[in-house]
Amino acid sequence: MRFSALALARNAASFHENWPQLWRSPTPQSRYDVIIVGGGGHGLATAYYLAKEHGISKVAVIERGWLGGGNTGRNTTVVRSNYFYPESAHFYDFALRLYEGLSRELGFNVMLSQRGMLTIGHSAHHLELLARWVNALQLNGVDGELLNADQVREWLPLLNNSAAARYPLRGGLLQRRGGIARHDAVAWGYARAADAFGVDVIQNCEVLGFIRDGERIVGVETTQGQLRAPKIALAVAGHSSVLAAKAGFRLPVTSYALQAFVTEPVKPVLSCVALSMATGVYLSQSDKGELVVGGGLDLYPSYAQRGNLPTLQGVVAGLLELFPCFSRLRLLRQWAGIVDVVHDSTPIIDKAPVSGIYLNCGWGTGGFKAIPGGGFVFAHLLATDRPHKLAEGFTLKRFASGALIDEAAAAGISH
Amino acid sequence: MLRIPCPWCGPRDEPEFRWGGEVPLVRPGPPQAVTESAWAEYLFMRDNPKGLVRERWLHTLGCRQWFIVVRNTATHEIQATSALGDPLPEIRP
Repeated sequence: MRFSALALARNAASFHENWPQLWRSPTPQSRYDVIIVGGGGHGLATAYYLAKEHGISKVAVIERGWLGGGNTGRNTTVVRSNYFYPESAHFYDFALRLYEGLSRELGFNVMLSQRGMLTIGHSAHHLELLARWVNALQLNGVDGELLNADQVREWLPLLNNSAAARYPLRGGLLQRRGGIARHDAVAWGYARAADAFGVDVIQNCEVLGFIRDGERIVGVETTQGQLRAPKIALAVAGHSSVLAAKAGFRLPVTSYALQAFVTEPVKPVLSCVALSMATGVYLSQSDKGELVVGGGLDLYPSYAQRGNLPTLQGVVAGLLELFPCFSRLRLLRQWAGIVDVVHDSTPIIDKAPVSGIYLNCGWGTGGFKAIPGGGFVFAHLLATDRPHKLAEGFTLKRFASGALIDEAAAAGISH
Repeated sequence: MLRIPCPWCGPRDEPEFRWGGEVPLVRPGPPQAVTESAWAEYLFMRDNPKGLVRERWLHTLGCRQWFIVVRNTATHEIQATSALGDPLPEIRP
């Protein structure tokens, strides 16, 4: 066992200077069976499931920066599967079930904490929406229950419950299996497990362009030289349009900054993940005690990973309407990830219009919770050239045929 | 925070404005002749570039006029603005 209580004791004796690297840092080979562009959660999970489920391990994952340094390290770590339509509910619940076994599967503690995800309704209209939503969940076999105001108050005793509250508390929707997981550990766990199968995980390797053979894309030109493979898989979230342009096609994607921030750490004050339907603000408390807070998208397209002040102020204002007692907490850190928003808030897992390229994008604001499922169905598409049963609706052609899966409401974040 | 120079009102803070999409974006027609894929191109497909882009903005809380902004999506620098009827401003590299 490379990692055990004994190994911990042994390495403590040598001042923790002799731990093995979790994955190799190989020099790229010139040929692979599959090249995955993007070393975030989705790219690394895809590599892992390609090797494990399909026996394809001559795979490279290439990443411009460092592993999990994009949206995988910039989200609010929430996992849940309370989606509305059957296609999304089945897919996201599959992803959540994979999360439930992930620490054991990867031998890496992803610190999944299923502390419950509570969506708060503030009006009669919200309660109607929540009832409809719960019905959909139960029809789709996903756990979800309607709470009345008293039950929500038990879960969230600090929520503003005064008669003068601008957003009165009327009820809620609870998914008990929802919660949070440690985002870095998800990327690192998949990277280590994929590496153990022989996958080359290559960091600091930016794609500069594509290599063509006639109409077909047969490789990538990178800062570490030419890499060739019959299948190139793009899992680059907010930068999908940039790589698509290099390959000569367009996507129905618009890139926005999605911000999040954490407060200074405090003692336990919040037992679940809470989301307010009126303000779009959602928050949870990390194991360190920091409140992790997020809200809506910035209001115009951006590739700047920092976010803008007016949106941050709006989220903070919403937070304090809900929890006035947090007004004296200071913000420690603020950041933004560049998310790939599509019109119906449903992902695209499909072949690209250009031969040789495969797409995993369109996750918008909800990519983290989907990582195990996204990797699993994308690996299936890459290995078999057919969509996985759970991802049959996640095509590119739905934008022409009109078969959109409009998850805008259940996607949780205001667009 | 962007400071957007409205062609009519001068520089104003970003919360006064609303973003309105990339230009040029021309609706295909006549309706009977438009294929599904051409319609999808118009409705959904976007350049979404990292860098300079021409886009339409509305001064919602000001003069309520639409106008054109040349903006860098990577740095948020605003290179030029122009009134809607004027020729589209050139993108300077």
